Amino acid sequence: MNAPVAAFLPGGRRLHLQHGPIDLIIEAWGGAAERDRAHRAAIARFDTILNELVAELALLRRPCPPSGLAVKGVVARRMFAAVQPFAADGLFVTPMAAVAGAVAEEVLDHMLSAADLDKAYVNNGGDIALHLGEGERFDVAMIALDAMPADGGRVTIEAGDPVRGIATSGRHGRSISLGIADSVTVLAQSAAMADAAATLIANAVDLPGHPAVMRQSATSVRHDSDLGERLVVTGLGALTRNEIDAALGRGLAAAVDMRAAGRIAAAALFLRGRSMVAEAVGRGATCRLPGALQVDGLEAIPA
Amino acid sequence: MSEAAMHKPEKIRCDACPVMCYIARGQAGACDRYANHDGELVRVDPLLVLERARAEAHVVPFFSGEEASWQGDIISPGDTFVTAVGAGTTYPDYKPAPFIVSQEIEGVDMVTVVTEGIFSYCGVKVKVDTDRHLGPECAAVRADGEQVGHVTTAEYGSQMLSLGGVRHLTGGSKKEGRVTCDMLMNLCNGEPVEFSIDGGSSIVVAANQAPVINGVAEERMRVGCGSATIGMFARQWHGLVDEVVVVDDHITGVLSEHQAGKVLGIEETGIRIKGRRSTPGRYFQVAEPGTGWGGTDISDPLTILDPFNPKVAKPGLRLLMVSTTGEQSGYYVLDDELKPVEQELPAALKPSVERIAENCEPALSTVLFMAGAGGSLRAGATENPVKLTRSVKDMLTYVSCGGAPAYVWPGGGITFMADVSAMPKKAFGYVPTPAIVAPIEFTMRREDYAALGGHMGAIVEASEALMKAGRRESGHGQSAWPTARRHYRWGQDGGGTP
Repeated sequence: MNAPVAAFLPGGRRLHLQHGPIDLIIEAWGGAAERDRAHRAAIARFDTILNELVAELALLRRPCPPSGLAVKGVVARRMFAAVQPFAADGLFVTPMAAVAGAVAEEVLDHMLSAADLDKAYVNNGGDIALHLGEGERFDVAMIALDAMPADGGRVTIEAGDPVRGIATSGRHGRSISLGIADSVTVLAQSAAMADAAATLIANAVDLPGHPAVMRQSATSVRHDSDLGERLVVTGLGALTRNEIDAALGRGLAAAVDMRAAGRIAAAALFLRGRSMVAEAVGRGATCRLPGALQVDGLEAIPA
Repeated sequence: MSEAAMHKPEKIRCDACPVMCYIARGQAGACDRYANHDGELVRVDPLLVLERARAEAHVVPFFSGEEASWQGDIISPGDTFVTAVGAGTTYPDYKPAPFIVSQEIEGVDMVTVVTEGIFSYCGVKVKVDTDRHLGPECAAVRADGEQVGHVTTAEYGSQMLSLGGVRHLTGGSKKEGRVTCDMLMNLCNGEPVEFSIDGGSSIVVAANQAPVINGVAEERMRVGCGSATIGMFARQWHGLVDEVVVVDDHITGVLSEHQAGKVLGIEETGIRIKGRRSTPGRYFQVAEPGTGWGGTDISDPLTILDPFNPKVAKPGLRLLMVSTTGEQSGYYVLDDELKPVEQELPAALKPSVERIAENCEPALSTVLFMAGAGGSLRAGATENPVKLTRSVKDMLTYVSCGGAPAYVWPGGGITFMADVSAMPKKAFGYVPTPAIVAPIEFTMRREDYAALGGHMGAIVEASEALMKAGRRESGHGQSAWPTARRHYRWGQDGGGTP
């Protein structure tokens, strides 16, 4: 059995931690001693995190009840807290929808309690937990994952924005998706929340019953999938521009609802070279797409 | 599905990490790094890392204690080499893609393009250390009844076989192609393969192991031909015996007639050898080729002798007959009718026979993989494939095969040979084309990679690649390390290895 491993990426700034399916890239800004303390704290916390999750994995893979899931682990509780509001709305969701974000958050929290940092991030395969001290900002590039990854625009988050989590979901990543989105990037108050929301919005980008969408039961793709017998998307044929926009529109509707409920700050949805954005109007995180029309954040924006 | 596969469980449990996924056939685990391929757990990303023997541990156990000293750089990329060895491209979701890795070696920015090539133009050259007759030159070599190659030249103490090649892989029947592909993959992966040779022997070959010829494992490679053996041991026999014959299908040696015997003043014995005399003390074709003494078909060495010359020979003359490996020997004394009568080998002579055996190297089958890196493979490295070829010929780019040195044949293209036993285990796979999947790495300076139109945007740092490595193995000797300066034109002045 492989143990967790740690390595600095070239340049010595970014720390890479890996254990089983978890890969974290960590970067911290601050004094050298503070950064060192933060790295040690991250490593110490990471050592047991996968084992803690595995101990409660069976429960975490089950559909989340609307309230009161009896999980003990700190990360498991973060996962439950992130998906519970959606479960309470009657949506199908398992705590695993927030696992990546919850792990990122947990490691970042330990770094911040051990060290005084100006700025830091823990990136868990695209699900990112952020720390921004006063006056700090964070720039992140989105990639519209398709056959050919394309520049999906840039997001800038400032210390004053109510955003400390960024997550991306879609059918090209490691997880399997119920929807057809190439990718959905969500900004939210926490990484776990962003993770859960991105998963659910990506699921909502769909064309139910469309013959170009190939589906199989999740268990036939991965027999122990937390999605059970639900049909997951395994392939996508040609779509017209109108069909692409219709699919994105369904996802956008879900995103707008989440934003209205205060669960996310913004979302960018990508499918077949087209994109739509739900963003906070006025103050808050902004999300700009190349060549996008600057329209009210609640409306679809053709890229 | 093969019968063996049917008996394997439908789901296997992966023990690579604490998640311990049960993985169904054809599926991957939660990490997408391990998968169930026909009931076997395989690694699905194409990374195997070789570690230089002199280096300290590269991936230290994960530490959690505050007291542990923080090294800052846990993985030391300079002493590791990312190979192209993957889990096999038969896994349905696996798409071979070049992995372009950069690392700094003693101040030089090096780039290695790591890819698994799919080779239709490929085969193996096998050297079988034996004196025994495997079959006539050009005879068909068969596996599972299909011709998969042929017997080629006999070399010193060994017989060469040429197996595989595009004509057997794709030029014959469907079965011939499939059997050839299986045979090549198994041989290259170090597995034993049984062959029958038309008009010759049956043989089991496994890379770097003793060949098994007609059911008998070959132990020793001859110390030399019969004549050379005489030359080497004449002094040790002098005074203990009157005549020595070293039986060899190629060149049988006779002490009293041999230059070495003349120098020692050994007298004529009146011995007469069958076959064609070449030069004094050296005889060709003393018998038919076979699997008996010295690669002949004889089991009684006296059959190669004609009656002794009564004008010279004397009763009581002592004769030693021995094979080129010392495996067989006989001691004879002439009776009153000048007929050799076998007697026990005198104790004083035993060391000389044992010395022949001792001086034999272990008989091995050795397997060199030979293939040509074609257009599509080179396109994975550069937008301008011919520039890669030129860079190799200019000694700016070093070619390795699973980290093992590859000899690049002069002339056009990148046709190379590499010793499969210097490569990591299970380095080879196949695709149903049929064709062989083999690792190949091109290593060069970053600026040389840019100059040949490399995919600079796809370069990743070695330490990143190391994190993804599924297997780590000790590399071969330091001198052959792919990033050693001496492999490169720019590194040869000033010498040294990094």
